[in-house]
Amino acid sequence: MRIGYYPGCSLEGSSKEYSDSLLAVAEKCGITLEEIKGWSCCGASAAHNLNHDLAIALPARTLALAENQQFAEILVPCAACYSRLATSKYEVTNNDTTRKRMESFLDLKFKGDVQILSVIEFLQKYIYPVADKYIVNKLNQKTACYYGCLLARPKEISTLEHTENPMEMEDVMAKAGATPIDWAFKTECCGAGLSVSRTDIVAKLSGKIIEDAADRGADSIVVACPMCHMNLDMRRPEIKKQLKKDINIPVLFITQALGLSMGISADKLGLNKHYVPTDKVTSCIVKKEA
Amino acid sequence: MHETTHQNHANTLKLQVEKSTGINVSHCYQCGKCTAGCPLNEEMDIMPNQILRMLQLELPGYEDKILSSLSIWLCLACDTCYSRCPQEVKLSQIMDFLRQESLRQNKVNPQAKDILKFHQAFLQSVKQNGKLHEVGLTIDYKLKTLNLMQDVFLAPSMFAKGKLSIFPHKVQNVKEIAKIFKKISDSTKV
Repeated sequence: MRIGYYPGCSLEGSSKEYSDSLLAVAEKCGITLEEIKGWSCCGASAAHNLNHDLAIALPARTLALAENQQFAEILVPCAACYSRLATSKYEVTNNDTTRKRMESFLDLKFKGDVQILSVIEFLQKYIYPVADKYIVNKLNQKTACYYGCLLARPKEISTLEHTENPMEMEDVMAKAGATPIDWAFKTECCGAGLSVSRTDIVAKLSGKIIEDAADRGADSIVVACPMCHMNLDMRRPEIKKQLKKDINIPVLFITQALGLSMGISADKLGLNKHYVPTDKVTSCIVKKEA
Repeated sequence: MHETTHQNHANTLKLQVEKSTGINVSHCYQCGKCTAGCPLNEEMDIMPNQILRMLQLELPGYEDKILSSLSIWLCLACDTCYSRCPQEVKLSQIMDFLRQESLRQNKVNPQAKDILKFHQAFLQSVKQNGKLHEVGLTIDYKLKTLNLMQDVFLAPSMFAKGKLSIFPHKVQNVKEIAKIFKKISDSTKV
């Protein structure tokens, strides 16, 4: 089956390593992802903050393109893009007036029958069943799985089983030979789109997340959203100032962690692109026992 | 006395919210779970449950207070409130409407100006390129807010790590995107 790929803007820029590691893992497992031709930005928080129509129309354009290119499924790894695309699909398919209005803005017909996969669903559906064949290493560390907001909520969109205490990422990390920890901040907000305009708030919210993971002995934090990654990794100097302590837990994309367990090189997975050094992660890894 | 009298005309902010979002504001019975779980409650000037109560009361003085509050711009749409609301009032969607209305009526809280400018710079970049160009957004935001030195030390390392590109990745038919923006009767002022 052809799977369409919507990288989104962050994965072409500041979170390129998320895309690189995802494609590397997919390639390893023999799965081809085909980029949707002509895709555009989902509008992110900016559009839904300022203009509801724009917030529905921008993702709908990409969905209509995916339909026209005959994709039955598309993978949207960025949690924020996923949320916007899924919300747009939800509104357009549940409301005829909205659909007609969007079609008039876009000059495109829209059925809304493309299945949108989050990175978690993609891993569950395509990687998880074959992973054992490719996993050669044991990550051998305590990991805090961080979902953030947009994979877990709202319930109309999320496919996770539990809103407050989802376990899907833990399943993947356990397969990769890590020990997922029980912690309190897995679905708390990192401060998201306020990263630039209110960095102080991001330092506060992300600081609580980092501190709880550290207090519970995590060696690493695993995420599935470029915005979360940026706030927890790149904003670490501001977080350290806020917490008044030096916490150096590295933050990995779930695809990087999985890639390491499959023996893909740290360079290929883009671990060198992070701000908080990742040696702590790589030094724990051992060969998987046969 | 006018301030304390309920509005008689049919276009209260509550009714506008309900018409635009389809949410029944009266469903809220003030349990306060939204405020208790809100990650930004410490920073807000009016608590989320209070915004709902003030909408319910339909007093004109309250409408202005809501539309010029900082809270509506701080809301991150994390949907923690909605996931815990026993009445399933989707506050994040109400907040979206209130921000749009605050902007339309020119009542944006002065402390929220940078947040607004960031969103506007973001959309400007999307309108021009069809995709977000992070460098362009940063420059535009700095010029709009005059926060010229902010994060200035991050840029060289981000370039070195290959996280930023000087030139935008443009969508092939970038005019299509501008056309969508134009068609949508927008109050975004981008």
